[in-house]
Amino acid sequence: MATAAAQGTARPEADGARNTTGDEVQYQDAFDAAVAADERIEPRDWMPDAYRATLVRQIAQHAHSEIIGMQPEANWITRAPSLRRKAILMAKVQDEAGHGLYLYSAAETLGTGRDELLDKLHSGRQKYSSIFNYPTLTWADVGAIGWLVDGAAITNQVPLCRCSYGPYARAMVRVCKEESFHQRQGYELLLALSRGTPEQHAMAQDAVDRWWWPSLMMFGPPDDESQHSAQSMAWKIKRHSNDELRQRFVDICVPQAESLGLTLPDPDLTWNEERGKHDFGTIDWTEFWEVLKGNGPCNEQRLTQRKRAHDEGAWVREAAAAHAAKHSGGTGAAGHRTTGAERA
Amino acid sequence: MSSTGTESTTATAAVLALGDDALILSHRLGEWAGHAPVLEEEVALANIALDLLGQARILLSMAGDEDELAFLREERSFRNLQLVEQPNGDFAHTIARQLYFSLYQHELYTELAAGNGPFAPLAAKAVKETAYHRDHAEQWTLRLGDGTEESRSRMRAALDALWRFTGEMFQPVDGLDVDPAALETRWLAALGAVLDRAGLALPEGPRTGAWAAGAGRQGLHTEPFGRLLAEMQHLHRSHPGASW
Repeated sequence: MATAAAQGTARPEADGARNTTGDEVQYQDAFDAAVAADERIEPRDWMPDAYRATLVRQIAQHAHSEIIGMQPEANWITRAPSLRRKAILMAKVQDEAGHGLYLYSAAETLGTGRDELLDKLHSGRQKYSSIFNYPTLTWADVGAIGWLVDGAAITNQVPLCRCSYGPYARAMVRVCKEESFHQRQGYELLLALSRGTPEQHAMAQDAVDRWWWPSLMMFGPPDDESQHSAQSMAWKIKRHSNDELRQRFVDICVPQAESLGLTLPDPDLTWNEERGKHDFGTIDWTEFWEVLKGNGPCNEQRLTQRKRAHDEGAWVREAAAAHAAKHSGGTGAAGHRTTGAERA
Repeated sequence: MSSTGTESTTATAAVLALGDDALILSHRLGEWAGHAPVLEEEVALANIALDLLGQARILLSMAGDEDELAFLREERSFRNLQLVEQPNGDFAHTIARQLYFSLYQHELYTELAAGNGPFAPLAAKAVKETAYHRDHAEQWTLRLGDGTEESRSRMRAALDALWRFTGEMFQPVDGLDVDPAALETRWLAALGAVLDRAGLALPEGPRTGAWAAGAGRQGLHTEPFGRLLAEMQHLHRSHPGASW
């Protein structure tokens, strides 16, 4: 819902060019008031350019993470060890494509296009979550991703359901429901392995050992090195700092690991009575920055596969566009309005 | 093992034929995940794969333990059509395979749903799914056939390449209470109508041969199939007796 505060002054901005400086100040005031009152900013409302740019960057990165994140899990679809697990995994990867679609749509409300965003992903100008640059080496990794990676994502995303930008907040409500389901399935997968044969238990432990630290890195750099944090919190795009969310995640995971019968690979992990929270070891930030720079185990492979799928699909998108153009007014193009060539 | 013990009954032959078709085509579609030409197709192909996997699980469970049947039979015991095991190829090959098969499956399940045989309950549900699959394949056949020069020639090449595997769908299967000749007539009419709208002709050439005639139904498969099974079954076979 557009806000009472924003509506009166902000709406005209969407219909025309920027007005006088006086109007600009008024719009800024209305925007600030709406954010302060915890109201939602909607696509046609005036918003500061930097707010718009930050949201585009964040939502696009989120969308890219969903579609790159399909790869490490899709890696195991053809090898899933039971038909039930195969069906669950296929449904999950399908959901991720759907999340990518919601998020690209949310980004498009800010005046950008899916093609433009994909271009930026393919050329490395926009990033995706560092976690997907790690390989899935065993079946247990599928469970570890569900439990830890989706768990970290949910911890990050639940507060985003109250984000100040309406379309993003609403996308997050839908995404979080499905993610919670995936997370429980991942946990249940690990539980079956942990309680299975000794080989299965060892497979589960090995996966948790490899995914634990990268999952903690998903919350981003420490607060004192996070360049966008303060502004994003002021705009109520973010509601909690990276370190707060990371701490919350650790505190959630420790008892879950215990009931799984698995250990977390951190000798410094202990309960701190005074803080009422867990203390934990130091993250290898060198590794984090290397992965972010493109030097992780799978950065090259992930981007290459994404670009190949896109390039090899070009003739298909062109065919859909050509067909739609020939039959415009007909029903043939339904559902394919967003392909690149059709826009051109 | 139930897979060998039950093969003698005619009802099981039909169950395995239909179940294996769905299982193997689902597997092939699953290979597309992360590789589709557009995000909407990631969703659509996975959706179809999931429907087929659901059908396979019900059917295989009618014959025994679904996992034992999927993961512990060898190549010569699978009863799927050679058509569904064909590699994905380019998007046109996948669509051509899907068009041939979903038209067949839709006609088949429509007929089975109308009867009162053992497949009627499954068919009643599956007929709705196959109508969606058919629609998806038809829409893409129209887009590719009547799209660009390139898409048209790719679609034609794909239809031609897979044509020789289509005769097998109309070989009689023990325990499957349908008239294959009538099914084939309806299939040809439906296919001809779609291809006509797409500006494409029915491929020419034989639809069966010394090997393609009912071969898959007898456990005689094409070479890529062994590799598909190696990948599909490897993990399950590496941990005998484990549950997942």
